This record gives sequence, structure tokens and C-alpha cells, in this order.
Amino acid sequence: MTGIPLTHILFLSTALFFIGAYGLFTRRNMITMLMSVELMLNSVNINFVAFNKYLYPDKLGGVFFSIFIITIAAAEAAVAIAIIINLYRSHHSIDVEDASEMKY
Amino acid sequence: MSAASIIFYIIAAFILGTGLLAVTTRKIFRASIWLLFSLIGIASLYFWMQLEFLAAVQIIVYVGGIVVLIIFSIFLTIKSGEEMPKPIFKRNIFAILAALSGLAYTARQISLYKFQAPENPAPFELKVSDIGRQMLSTTDHGYLLPFELISMLLLAAMIGCIVIALKQKEPVKTLQS
Repeated sequence: MTGIPLTHILFLSTALFFIGAYGLFTRRNMITMLMSVELMLNSVNINFVAFNKYLYPDKLGGVFFSIFIITIAAAEAAVAIAIIINLYRSHHSIDVEDASEMKY
Repeated sequence: MSAASIIFYIIAAFILGTGLLAVTTRKIFRASIWLLFSLIGIASLYFWMQLEFLAAVQIIVYVGGIVVLIIFSIFLTIKSGEEMPKPIFKRNIFAILAALSGLAYTARQISLYKFQAPENPAPFELKVSDIGRQMLSTTDHGYLLPFELISMLLLAAMIGCIVIALKQKEPVKTLQS
């Protein structure tokens, strides 16, 4: 446990965040974009917990932030999926390029 | 190298590998299953950090909730066996460049910054009773206000989802035989 420095956990979460960012840039399908966003949110959670454990072990602020982020992520995913299903009903496609009525 | 650090590196490689597969595989159903494995890896990382409560929450909410929701919506919207089109070459190159440069910049900043760990740290232990007590207390380190706000947000989001995804009523056509 003590053998791992804090920076290695931060490297892990950074790499995970940019993997999610890469997915968000390249994917054009709304569900896969939502998955990339979930990966990014999870990497931020790892950061909060690691800072809490290594730098401020007498408090619980990071853990509370993680719990709140998980809750908001659940609400966000539910709303996003409802919107995606509704969009599929009207456009018969969930590609972001096909939903361009409000683009300009 | 102790066993704990070896386990950490195995977990890290597992999370990153499955995460990378989740954003690059071209079959959408496989992408969701790789995402599932990546989230399980993150839960095991919480177990490794001895945060059993958070790991349990992660498994219940993400693995049991969000991934199942995503799989349902895949089945409701697109043909899951089809391959998605390849990303456009130019966009792919620029996305890789952006991700790599961001990663390099952030990693450099992290490695240069000197984190000040406390001198003789108190042992970090997460008791569920402490979480419950702080979540509902109104004193200094209490989180009653965000707790109530989050519950209102969750309620509003759920009602909003139901309203958005409701089937629109077809306009009634009068049959004139």
C-alpha cells in the first residue's frame, strides 16, 4: 500500500481521462459518446479518492465528492438515454451528424 | 516490489486496456461490455485502496445500473451486431494528437509538483457510520445541504426522463367508412 506513490495513481487517472477524451472526439454515435463521458467521470473520482487518502487522511471530503459525482452521473446517464431514445424515434438514427437542425 | 504494488499495476493495466478497447472497438455491444470490465477494474482499485463502501457503491450504481441502462438503449435503438463506420482518418489523427499532448502536459505537471503528504499521517479508515453521520449533520463537516439538493436533483431527473421518453399520443384519426 505504501509502496505506491500518489503520482502513479494520478498518472493512471490522467491516462483514463484522456482515453475517454479520445473516444469523445472520434465517436459519432451518441451512446458510445456517453460511455466515453462515463470513463472521464470515473477517472475524476479516482483522483478525488486518492487525494483524500494520501494527503488528507483525517477528513472525508474526497469520498463525499465521489459519492455525489456518482449520483449525478447516474442522473445524467438516465436523462441522456431518454433523450437518445426520443431522438431515435423522430430521426431513426442516433448519429450526431444526423441531428443538425439546431446547428446554425 | 511488494505484492500490493504488483496488484496495483495489474489493476491499472486492466483498467487502461479495457478502457482503450471500449473506445476503439467498432461493435457497439462489445464496447459496452469492455466499459463494464473497466468499471469493475475501477471498483477493484477502490477495494485496493481499502474503500469498501465506495467500491460497493461503484459496483451497484455503475455496473448494475448505468451499464445495464446503456445495453438496454443499444437494443432499443441500433442493430447491435453491425460494425460502426471507421472514424475519419483526419479526425482520428487530430484526436490522437490532442489526447497525447494533453496527457503529456498533465503527466509532466504531476511529476513536477511536489505533493506535501502529512508528516505522520493518521491511519485512513472509512467507516460507513461516519459517512452516514456526516451526511446528515449540519455542523462543520456536515453535508446535509448537498445531500438534500442531490436527492431533489435525482427526483427531478427521473421525472424528466419519464416525461421525455413517454410515447407521444398519436392524433386520433376519425374513421369515415
